[in-house]
Parts: sequence; structure tokens; C-alpha cells
Amino acid sequence: MQKVGGGARVRPRSRLRRAAAAGSVTVLTATLLSACGSSGKPTLNWYVNPDGVEVLTQYAAECSTDDYDIEIQLLPSGATDQRTQLARRLAAEDSSTDLMSLDPVFVPEFANAGWLLEFEGEAGDAVTEGVLDGPLDTVMWEDKVYAAPQWANTQVLWYRKSLAKAAGLDMTQPVTFDQVIDAAADNGGTLGVQANRYEAYVVWINAMILGAGGDIVSDTEAGKDAKVDIDSDAGKAAAAVIQKLADSDAAQSDLTVSNEGTSLGLMFPADGPGEFMLNWTFAYKNYEGLVDTGDITQEQFDDLGFARYPQTVEGEPSAPPVGGIDIGVGAFTEYPEYALEAAQCVASDEAQVALARDAGLMPARGANYDSPELQEAYPPELLELWQTSLDEGGARPKSAYYALISQAVQSRWHSPTSVDPDSTPAESAKFLQDVLDGKALL
Amino acid sequence: MTTQTETPVKDRRAAKPVESDRSKAEARLGQKLVAPAIILMLVVTAFPMLRALYLSLFNYSLTAPDDREFIWFGNYAVALTDPLLWKTTGITVLYMVVTVAFELVIGFAFAMVMHRVIFARGIIRTSILVPYGIITVVSGFAWQFAFSYQNGFVNSWIPGLAADFNWFGETTPAVIAIMVSEIWKTTPFMSLLLLAGLAQVSEDMIEAAKVDGATWTQRLTRVILPNMRAAIMVAVLFRALDAYRIFDNIFVMTAGAQNTESISFLTYRQTIEQFQIGIGSALSVLLFLSVLVIAFLIVKIFRVDLADARQEK
Repeated sequence: MQKVGGGARVRPRSRLRRAAAAGSVTVLTATLLSACGSSGKPTLNWYVNPDGVEVLTQYAAECSTDDYDIEIQLLPSGATDQRTQLARRLAAEDSSTDLMSLDPVFVPEFANAGWLLEFEGEAGDAVTEGVLDGPLDTVMWEDKVYAAPQWANTQVLWYRKSLAKAAGLDMTQPVTFDQVIDAAADNGGTLGVQANRYEAYVVWINAMILGAGGDIVSDTEAGKDAKVDIDSDAGKAAAAVIQKLADSDAAQSDLTVSNEGTSLGLMFPADGPGEFMLNWTFAYKNYEGLVDTGDITQEQFDDLGFARYPQTVEGEPSAPPVGGIDIGVGAFTEYPEYALEAAQCVASDEAQVALARDAGLMPARGANYDSPELQEAYPPELLELWQTSLDEGGARPKSAYYALISQAVQSRWHSPTSVDPDSTPAESAKFLQDVLDGKALL
Repeated sequence: MTTQTETPVKDRRAAKPVESDRSKAEARLGQKLVAPAIILMLVVTAFPMLRALYLSLFNYSLTAPDDREFIWFGNYAVALTDPLLWKTTGITVLYMVVTVAFELVIGFAFAMVMHRVIFARGIIRTSILVPYGIITVVSGFAWQFAFSYQNGFVNSWIPGLAADFNWFGETTPAVIAIMVSEIWKTTPFMSLLLLAGLAQVSEDMIEAAKVDGATWTQRLTRVILPNMRAAIMVAVLFRALDAYRIFDNIFVMTAGAQNTESISFLTYRQTIEQFQIGIGSALSVLLFLSVLVIAFLIVKIFRVDLADARQEK
């Protein structure tokens, strides 16, 4: 608002403006100079999501060589914002987007759009060797490797041992969602899930459908012609679990807006038996930290149990969700060789162990779970459970149209209180088909 | 785009009545002088618009460039037959009508204050204009905090409202919150335009009405408002078109949840979030056309000649 105000102060203001202009020129020059690098050494920009940034910054420095420097650029915290920001750059063929941390579901979208450089031959072998099956699957698109798995995330069932014992539930054997919901409801406990209208709700739905032997869509490499399978017995089984939980006393009061953070506090409430909770690997370090700050006692922490993701259908092995971060190389980078080399370096075994130890982000490569540092930081059974979960888990649909699929499912399956196995899977299948055919707005 | 009035004319009396050679030459010169600006405008506005028109004829996703296919007006058919479009159009019209109505009334009151105030004129005028100087995203966040039941003050200020009432949990309160933010932010703009209109009303006419014994209300409705019609139309037109394209406040305050999404937001989601360039372009073309229709309707309703509004006659 420069219009308002008198003309009497023209002089000081113009002087001020001149000073400001001079200042901005100085800043601009400095930025340009630093961007070029004083010795003409190329800088690789690495776009990272805000998880474990300290370790990533350290590895950006360690993986910088005499030929190039790696510089961290921070992406927004929301997954949608991360995706749109990267997509905007890549759609404009930005040559300064060299490395990027990608959520697994972005890999097929970006690879299909021609925005990612393939890891060919040896580079591909190097980044995929020894990687657990779950994370490995996330970097493959049309049988080619498009990213380097860096860290992997999975969900397990966290619970209070005392609550499971009171319910008479044998947690050494696989449990089903039905059993967990009943056990919680009959003993004053709850089951914490993620059912707000957002991506993690799709993670839950997808895992339950996979666990019942079905899938949301198949033949996803056909793009729009993918086969919509959500209206199946598996889809109905998943809907039945959601309906059962929503109608049960085991539902938490904020079920319809629940996310990864909302149920953490209900594990060790002031009174009450605690809860069962589906959550990612970070939960362990979160509760361990509470012991240090004195919020919970060591005795309470010892009561924290963990088990494999519950089964949707009894006897059918569950498919724990697979998440994490893969390192992709921009297709329009000026330094493809350096960038591919740097991607391998930041996803190296040392980097994976450091991320797990310092930031609680678990390795994508199986052998790293045996490293002494991790064995010391986590109970060996938990490390083994995570490894098995990642090995036998299932990813979300790999499709160039994943954003459409996810939002279409969210729009028909939310709110969880309105899910009905007789109608929701059928309605969502029809809507998803219409959306893929370009016959409906989303 | 008025070209003739701005060209340097040495002898105005001679130039006006007959179309002399000189006036023709001057008109040509005027056209030449204005040509660079026109070309620049075509490049920066017409090209993107034509490009959007072209893209709207394709079924095209940014993440699947190979699947792009030409489908004529298929996207328009999908959009126009989809209930979602009509639902968002309805809510957008609601935003527009309610906010412009409130802004017109409050804005007029502010304009009167700014016009009549005799002391601390600069400070009062400036403080009325402050909200307009604040970035919409910032005001959106400020009002979101104000309405939040966790750390806001609105719940405690309204008697009879529960302290944990969630304004963003349902459609109606969420829409009200968005409208309040929008009205707060843009009323000063409205009052600025109305102030310009007020200043044009001749004091002589008001004096004459006073002498004739007209009451304050009569002077307002019979003298001031009719003479401000052009200014009111410009203010309503500008604000209505702005309000119809409402985006920032919704994006910040609800991100489109609880059915608060406007037609601009729907377009944004298709294009930017889902990479559906084809249907997104079709929606933006439809948005453009509806803006034209609204502009046309407002001009018709107020029966004002635009040239008259600019005092060219």
C-alpha cells in the first residue's frame, strides 16, 4: 500500500528505497554467486521432505565430492504439496531439480510422465540389491528401476500387553481385525486407526483389501484402462471391518478425523486400559522418548507390545502397508551421471543405518537391520517384525493415475461411519471407473 | 482502452466536430502508439487463453502424456452434466451474493465516514484501508485462528456458543467463517470505490435538496444514491467478479473440506493437484464464460453505460 500517505515525505522515502534497492542488488549478487559456486563446481539440488533433515544434511555434505556439491532444498510437509511442487518443476523441465526424495506412490506417476531418469544396468542393480521386497516393489515401473530405496516405513499393531491379556487374546499368534475390535470393546479399550479424509485412510483400506486377497485396482500399467477390483469380496471384507469398528465401542471419538498423531496419547491414558493402535515405525521412539521426559514410567513402557498387522480374513496372512522414501533423479538434470552417483551415495548402507539410528527411519535394505547400532537401539523382535512386514507387505496401487484413484476412494469411503459393505465397495468401484474414464469430476 | 482522448491535441475545438485529415492522422498515430501495449497484452493474456481452450479439447493427464487423446467437447459435456460442478457453482454464487451485499452496505457506511470526517482524516481513512493492505492468505490464517476452537476468540465472544464449537466441522459455519474473512478483507476496497462516487456528487445538489426541505433519508435515496449509480455499479461489478473467483480464503481455512469449495477451487484441484490438464482447462474456460455472464448481467441490471461511468460523455 504505497498509495496512502502524504507527498511531504518523498525525500526520505526515496532515499530509503534507494538503500533498499542497493541492498537487494547485493543480496541478489550474493545469491547468484553462491548458486554458481565460487570455483564453477556444479551444485546438485536435492529436494527432501522434512523427515530426518539433520541426517540428510549431513549426508548431503558427506556425499559431495571434488566434482560436485549436494545442496538440500526443503519441500513442504504435506504430501500433496510436495508432489505438486516437484511436478510443477518437472513439468517445466527444470534442469536444477537433480535429486528428490519421493513418496513411493509418486514414483509410478513421475516415471510414467518421463520426469525420472532410469537407473540403468549397474546403477539399478546397486540400488536394489538386498532391498526388502516391499520397498523394492515401490521403485519399479514397467520392469525398470526409477529410484533408489532409501528408508522404508511399515505399520504394525501396537498394543498394551495388559489389555490383550485381560481380553485373553494370544498375541503370539496372528490376530484378526474382528478379534482386536472385540477385545478392545469388551475391555474398555479402543482401536486407533487413520480414518480422516486423507492419504493414510487409503493406506488402511488398501492394506485390508490386500490382506483379504484382493486389490483396489489391477493391471495398473494400462493407465486409464486399469481394472477396477474394489467391488469384490475383499473390498466388502474391508468395508465390514470399518463398519464394525465405527459401530463398536472400540471406535475412538475422533474416528472420522483421526490421523497418525490423534491416537498416540490414548495408549497410556490417565485412567483406562489403553488401546490397540495401527501406526508406523516412529511410534516406538515416540513412547521411548516419553519415558525420558517422565511422561510415562518405564513399567508402562514395558507394557507396550507390538504384533504383525491384523488379518482382514482369518487365516489369510495380512499385508502390512509399505511406505518410506525413494531417491529419484530428475530427467532434465544437467549432470545425470553425478546425480545418479549421488543418489546411490545418499541411499547407501551407512546413510540408511544413520537415518534409522538418529531419526527412527528404518532401512530399506534387509542386512542393515542386523547392524550392531540398530540391534542396540531397538528390541531385536521388533526389528524382525518390521523386516517381515516390509518383506510381505503390500504397496498402494502403482499407477500414473494414483492421485485420482486415491481421491476417488477417499471421496466414497469417507466418512467411516457411513461405510456399508453392501453399497460402499460397489459405489466406489463405479465412481472410480467413471473418474478413470474421464466421465466424472473429482 | 481509450486511445483518442489521450493523444496530444493542440487545438481541441477544431479536432472535435468534423473528422478532418488531421484527426484521422492523429487517430492513426494513436493506434500506432498503443499497438505495442496491445501486442504485449495479446501475448500474455490471449495466448494462455487460447492455449487453455485448445487443451480443454483433450483428455490429457500430465502424468500420462502418451494417453492424451482429442475428444472434442467431451470435457465440457462431463463437467456440465456433473452434479459436483453445479454444487460448487451454487456455493460460489452464495459466497458472491452474500459477501457483496454485506460489503456494499458496510462499505457505503465507511465511505460516508471517510467522506464526511473532519478530524484526523488521514488516520481514519488509512485505518479503514488497512485490511485491504493485508495479504489474503495472511488474513485467511488470522481468521482461521480466530475461529479455531482451540486457540481462537470467536467462540468466547459469541454468547450461547459452546467453547468447543468447531466452525470448520460443518458446511454452514465453515462457509460463514470464510465469508467473514472475505468481507473483512475486501470491504475497504468497496468503500474506496464508493468514496470516489460520493466525491462526484455535487454539494450544490445536496444543498438545494436541503433548502427544499428534504430529510436526510430523502437526500440519501433521492440525490446521493442516484447520482452515484455508476460508481456503485463499478464497485459491485469489480467485487462480484472477484468474489466469484474466491480461492485463497477457502484454500487456507478449509482446503475445500465440508463442501466449502468454490468453482475456482474445483478447477485448481483438477489442474494442479490431479494433473488433469484437459478437464481443468475446460473448467477454467467455463469459469471465464460465467464471469462474462455475471459482468453482462450486472451492467444490464444497473442500466449504466460504461462510457458514462468513465465520464467520457
